Amino acid sequence: MKPIIIAKDVVTRFDEKLVHDGLSLHINEGEIYGLLGPSGCGKSTLMREMILLESYESGVINVLDENLNNISALASQKLRKQFGVLFQSNALFTSLSVAENIAVALKEYTSLSQSLINEIVAFKIDIVGLKQEDGCLYPSQLSGGMRKKAALARALVMDPRLLFLDEPTSGLDPISAREFDALVLKLKEMLQLTIVMVSHDLNSIKTTLDRMAVIDHKKIVAEGTLEEVMATDSPFIKTFFTTYSKHLR
Amino acid sequence: MNDNGAALQVETEEDTLVFTFSGDLILGVLSQIEAQLHFHKSPPDIKTVIYNLEAVERFDSAAALMILSQIRKMEGRGVECTLLYKNDEFGRLLDMVKKHSHTNSTFMPVGDTPLEVLGKKIIQILETLIGFLSFFGQVVSALSHYLFSPRSIRIKEIMFEMNESALKALGIVSLTMFLVGIVIAYQSSVQLKIYGANIFIVDMLGISILRELAPMLTAIVVAGRSGSAYAAQIGVMKITEELDAMRTMGFDPYAFLVLPRILALMIMMPILIFVADMMGMIGGMLIANLELGLTPVLFLDRFAEVVDIRHFWIGMLKGPFFALLIASIGIFHGLMVKNDTQSIGMNTTKSVVQAIFAVIICDAFFSIIFTNLGI
Repeated sequence: MKPIIIAKDVVTRFDEKLVHDGLSLHINEGEIYGLLGPSGCGKSTLMREMILLESYESGVINVLDENLNNISALASQKLRKQFGVLFQSNALFTSLSVAENIAVALKEYTSLSQSLINEIVAFKIDIVGLKQEDGCLYPSQLSGGMRKKAALARALVMDPRLLFLDEPTSGLDPISAREFDALVLKLKEMLQLTIVMVSHDLNSIKTTLDRMAVIDHKKIVAEGTLEEVMATDSPFIKTFFTTYSKHLR
Repeated sequence: MNDNGAALQVETEEDTLVFTFSGDLILGVLSQIEAQLHFHKSPPDIKTVIYNLEAVERFDSAAALMILSQIRKMEGRGVECTLLYKNDEFGRLLDMVKKHSHTNSTFMPVGDTPLEVLGKKIIQILETLIGFLSFFGQVVSALSHYLFSPRSIRIKEIMFEMNESALKALGIVSLTMFLVGIVIAYQSSVQLKIYGANIFIVDMLGISILRELAPMLTAIVVAGRSGSAYAAQIGVMKITEELDAMRTMGFDPYAFLVLPRILALMIMMPILIFVADMMGMIGGMLIANLELGLTPVLFLDRFAEVVDIRHFWIGMLKGPFFALLIASIGIFHGLMVKNDTQSIGMNTTKSVVQAIFAVIICDAFFSIIFTNLGI
């Protein structure tokens, strides 16, 4: 399998505070990859570096064969169209309806006819499990789970190969969270996506992730499948997955 | 990854139209292909259309939607369509897209008729008025609580707000009023010179600045500076649920946030107006000296003689009333913020506009009252 994201010796520093001290990982095409770790370990920061929202001090990050060090404005703009991002707080534009939120990138970057744009929007609304009528609603009129789905539809609008999810199940009730996990798996199958997600949700980790990396003390302490990670000797992994094994029983 | 671009070849054989696609048929290049297909949308004498995807390397859901919608339109016109592809993946994608597509979704938000718009607007205004009254009632009830148990007065918060919204505004209020004094004095000195009535500039400046201009302009500056800040601060606190957190911890937001701001501004407004009075007169005095040759000693002499103290007190008296209006309108709009980012901007704007408007109305009332009382 071909790696789609490669990070090598990434060092990140916020003012004086060292966040990452030489992180290396690789994410293969077609897998659901999780970034795990205690809060404040910099997993969201690492994801933000991959999606060009944050810069790192040294090292190399390669996303879709594009080296992010000194990436040109043009190349970064092109790269941005090839991935979708679902933010933790959804970040739907409050002044636009759900359908407009989904269509905004299409209107900006393509000159497709309105009827085809409508069809694409209708399709995205359908695949994330919303009803067609929901397209006319504004984000403030939606429930938390529906907002997540709408934001996911917006992230998928440009048919990206790569999807980033930042704590997708946080703030959802357990039933919606499991539904969302199923949706992520279904979409991965349907659209041949590679998905990178930051998660704390043990159930999501168990059911959705193919591979994962655990970040602790500024480094990757483990990378691989769930079994491989659980076999690693680290205090964080022990406490984190002890709750998990209790969960299983 | 690089986009190889897509190409579309169109051939006609007798009554058959053949579209041959090649390359990467993906969203990024779809616009041209769609335009090209649109060009051939109703060819005459065609019975069969063949969409050939055999040479396509990449294919995505948007492209599938486009092809399917083309086929639908053609079949609607009674033309027979055939879709050719080699890659099983394409077939899977086409089936999946077909299953999830909706052909006549329009997503037009339901609009209101003009009458409905008018009705909603009126109800909205009435609701705002009632909301403001209820807000005011809460303020008065919190104030009475203050009066009966003076120990609950949040002295620290009041002091903090006095510094934030009044002391820090001293600079801008002084500068504004100094410049206004200069402008008024300059304009009137030109007129007064014509009649040789130089000395009357003191009467003019004294009465207009002390009685009207200083209170009004101070109020406008404060409305723009602090009224908007109150609306935005409290609005964000509402969105982040800080207000709810305070309530559940038993801290009444009216006692902790609303009253300190209102009281601080009511206490400080006369002081700001006093400074504005002085700065306005200094500006006027400067121009009187330069333009009309009126020395400061002469100016002050005349000032004490002709400008009655009541003009000063009227200006001062307006201060707390203006402050009450500005602070309560600002805070009220902060509390009206709903759970989205747009409503912060809207309510902040409203707070400034309505505060300035209310100040002017209030000033007009004062004018009428004082004139009728003969003051």
